[in-house]
Amino acid sequence: MDFLQIALVLVLLNLLAIPMGKYIAHVFSLEETRLDRVFGGTEKIIYKISGITQSNMTWKQYAKALLISNIAMFGIGYLIVRFQGILPANPSEIAAMDPLLSFNTVSSFLTNTNLQHYSGESGLSYFSQMTVIIFLMFTTPATGLALCIAFLRGLTGQKSIGNFYVDLVRAHTRILIPLSIVVGLVLVGQGVPQTMEPTITATTVEGAEQQIARGPVAALESIKHLGTNGGGFFGVNSAHPFENPTPFSNVLEILSMFLIPASLPFAFGHMTRNRKQGWILFSAMGLMFLAFLATAYFSEANGNPALASIGLSQDEGSMEGKEVRFGIAQSALFTTVTTAATTGSVNNMHDTLTPLGGLVPLVLMMLNNVFGGDGVGFINILMYAILAVFIAGLMVGRTPEFLGRKIEAKEMKLIAITILIHPFIVLVPSAIALATEMGSSAISNVGFHGISQVVYEFTSSAANNGSGFEGLGDNTPFWNISTGLVMLFGRYFSMIAMIAVAGSLLAKKPVPETIGTFKTDNSTFLVLIVATVLIVGALTFFPVIALGPIAEYLTIR
Amino acid sequence: MLKNLRLSLVLLLICGVAYPLAMTGISQVIMPAKADGSMIKDEDGNDVGSELIGQMFTDPSYFSGRVSSIEYNGAGSGSGNYAPSNEDMIERTKEDMEAFLKNNPDVNKEDIPADLLTNSGSGLDPHISPMAAEIQVPRVASERGLSEEELEKLIEKHTEGRQFGVFGEPRVNVLKLNMALDQF
Repeated sequence: MDFLQIALVLVLLNLLAIPMGKYIAHVFSLEETRLDRVFGGTEKIIYKISGITQSNMTWKQYAKALLISNIAMFGIGYLIVRFQGILPANPSEIAAMDPLLSFNTVSSFLTNTNLQHYSGESGLSYFSQMTVIIFLMFTTPATGLALCIAFLRGLTGQKSIGNFYVDLVRAHTRILIPLSIVVGLVLVGQGVPQTMEPTITATTVEGAEQQIARGPVAALESIKHLGTNGGGFFGVNSAHPFENPTPFSNVLEILSMFLIPASLPFAFGHMTRNRKQGWILFSAMGLMFLAFLATAYFSEANGNPALASIGLSQDEGSMEGKEVRFGIAQSALFTTVTTAATTGSVNNMHDTLTPLGGLVPLVLMMLNNVFGGDGVGFINILMYAILAVFIAGLMVGRTPEFLGRKIEAKEMKLIAITILIHPFIVLVPSAIALATEMGSSAISNVGFHGISQVVYEFTSSAANNGSGFEGLGDNTPFWNISTGLVMLFGRYFSMIAMIAVAGSLLAKKPVPETIGTFKTDNSTFLVLIVATVLIVGALTFFPVIALGPIAEYLTIR
Repeated sequence: MLKNLRLSLVLLLICGVAYPLAMTGISQVIMPAKADGSMIKDEDGNDVGSELIGQMFTDPSYFSGRVSSIEYNGAGSGSGNYAPSNEDMIERTKEDMEAFLKNNPDVNKEDIPADLLTNSGSGLDPHISPMAAEIQVPRVASERGLSEEELEKLIEKHTEGRQFGVFGEPRVNVLKLNMALDQF
């Protein structure tokens, strides 16, 4: 039954992703489409109020618009959480957030990371949950999608890179808002609360008092997944019965967070007018995903040897930190999807995963390109595709080309720096944290697992994932500042570098395809790209993996 | 900068105010009980709890639920976040196991289902596995003077299967089961 339910979810995903890819390609078409008739009216009003003209931009204008709009959103969000104590919709009377935690929180939601150093029940008012958290949960995946589409326009040689504001607004009106409403209402039907009433006090069967926190959860829950955001309304995220009450809500959340990342290769196939190219990239990511999923599933199903040795049956698998309604299959699937799609929501506690089960989310975030978050993840795999073309070109001694455009020194420099910045902002801060008291005092599970806790926190920040080995006591100035900076670097550096690559490619003359052209839409290329990803990943991260999860695996009895 | 600020505020009004309020309005009209948290009330209309949120049961005449480091306080949520190699977790499990065997003398240690002695992810898990309910039957039956067959029937009645026959795991809602016990 475990295999059947996992297979069923993946088949459903595939069936949804193919038409979604086509739809996304239409949404962001530079030509007029039928969709304009449906959504154009509303969008014109938004452009008018905001004073936006719809003319096409150069890559520099596009990058500037992206950055400045994000700075404006940061400012608004920061002010709201700092003053939430005196703002409306605060029935549980929650006080202002302190400045460093506010910096960390707003950076986290602005960068689509959703790392949380606070607990939603006690740290944020309903007003902040709505106007900061839910608001940024829409704008950040929309920003990622816009950037991805601009990159694809450059790569596929369209007439222009587009207009950032138009792309941003369309991602809201045509994709994220309609889907969030539908998914949100289905979630309420499964039992997810959607109320403005405050925490309720019940008198239990045994006569004790029980506080039950609730709130406008469903509205956040749907966009949390559709936007690969991941920040929970409650501290334990989608493990909380109010965020994820049934196995079906779990399936729906998995499909929601995987839908857009999985459909982008197909959107790309439409834009290049070469669907096979889209399928090759989808398959490359899909194969890696399946290998990681199998590792997580079997490792968790085998249970915890340390508990087996004291005589506790492990027939159910490793159940510490998991919920009975999900069991091993729905938990392992959720864990693999949430770190592949860099959502970062969790339906079981990643800190409690068995050593190899915990290695899977860590490695997926280190690679950061097995589907990845809305928009940005697909750019990452394309970056590796270009790297693979470059390596293949070097091996046969000719100028590498991708989609009929020469890949030259300028692009390769930008790509190489972007690939290197990711391990740099994971490993250097991890080393500092492990070497100093201010960092290592946060560790709650001593030994090899403590190393994993620290590395996981920075990997999650750099990959803009947001899940954590949550035992880490991370609401301190050191952790708030360091992870805040890592998240901002992880998001904006690669964004700007990639839009520059797109601009540079768009300016090139296409080279005609000849018999000597290296084909990128066949299985040879599939193998090449998977090998490139795994070799680069292993060379970079193997030592730290060996010190953390692998050492724990070898020593646990 | 000004147009960026204006656009941000427009999007904030749409996504951060209009959208959640509209969702609240629609949900409150078409599914008010679920939208308010699936609360369970007794005959007098007092809130006993939520059918989705687990409760603490310490009395041996009730079926007990999973380990919760937060003692099922729904004002927050969380677990101990113990690594599989954590000594404190091993120690906690040993102690819970001894206590369980003392309260349920007919039970063999190897037969205890793991979900009964492990901390749930949320600390609020409302469910246990059907096996975890059955293993407590002899204790509850002797405490309440009921027959084991009656209790097994009651468990069967309160066992939810996999959703649509495929998704998730079979499970028993501890609060609903214990409320049914009190109706006996």
